[in-house]
Amino acid sequence: MTPNHKIDPNHWITLYSDYLFNYTISRVNDREIAQDLVSETFLSGLKSMDNFRGKASERTWLTSILKRKIIDHYRKINSNMGKAEVRMQYNTASESEGDWLEERVADSFDTTAEGVIENAELGDAIYDCMSKLPKIQARIFKLKTILGYDTETLCNELDITTSNLWVQIHRARTALATCLEKNWFKA
Amino acid sequence: MENNIFISHEHAKHICDKMQYGEAKFSERIKLSIRLAWCKLTRTYSKKNSRLTSSIKEAEMNCLKDAEREKLQRQFEKERRKL
Repeated sequence: MTPNHKIDPNHWITLYSDYLFNYTISRVNDREIAQDLVSETFLSGLKSMDNFRGKASERTWLTSILKRKIIDHYRKINSNMGKAEVRMQYNTASESEGDWLEERVADSFDTTAEGVIENAELGDAIYDCMSKLPKIQARIFKLKTILGYDTETLCNELDITTSNLWVQIHRARTALATCLEKNWFKA
Repeated sequence: MENNIFISHEHAKHICDKMQYGEAKFSERIKLSIRLAWCKLTRTYSKKNSRLTSSIKEAEMNCLKDAEREKLQRQFEKERRKL
């Protein structure tokens, strides 16, 4: 495969910070930790720019660095947890004696974990689709839909009219719905 | 046109978008319901639009606030200068 992707850190924050942040927070569930991991990812990216071969896109490359950061984060947590005393309580007065193993082992964790992973992947797919929108549409959509800005504040902040806002929202929603239909629901 | 109970498909789509953010007025919701009752095209749009909204909710999407992004940018530039 011939390398056809170029690296340009000047635009990393603008282009990838939201995607990487969403990717991280859906996996670590803590806003501050997510920001730290994203920041560390960009810094590692800067330091290892020479390793970028251009076979994958910048975003894919940065995501692979981030994945390692997330794994390291959990390794660190687990090694700290290993040092702590583990206490477990069993209910000895249970009427369903003999079922204790199933009751305690076969909990709903697995299905919840699957759901969390699927939601995280859905979030990634939505961000993929958002990255194809014109910048202004993506920004308006993000502020309105993800950050929940009210219409008046958003119009004042971006210095646009209400009708212009709704036109941009409409275009963004139509493009996103079509993109998701193609890449997520039918995939 | 605002006072007319029968609205165009384009107007219905606009109301439908506002509905996704809970910003459609009561009168607009009525007009949309009437349009939805007989217009298949509007129903298709509405269905797609609602599906997008529920996907976004389901994905529990997040993004950086402007201040957080600026902080990230500052940190990044600071480290970049060190290299």
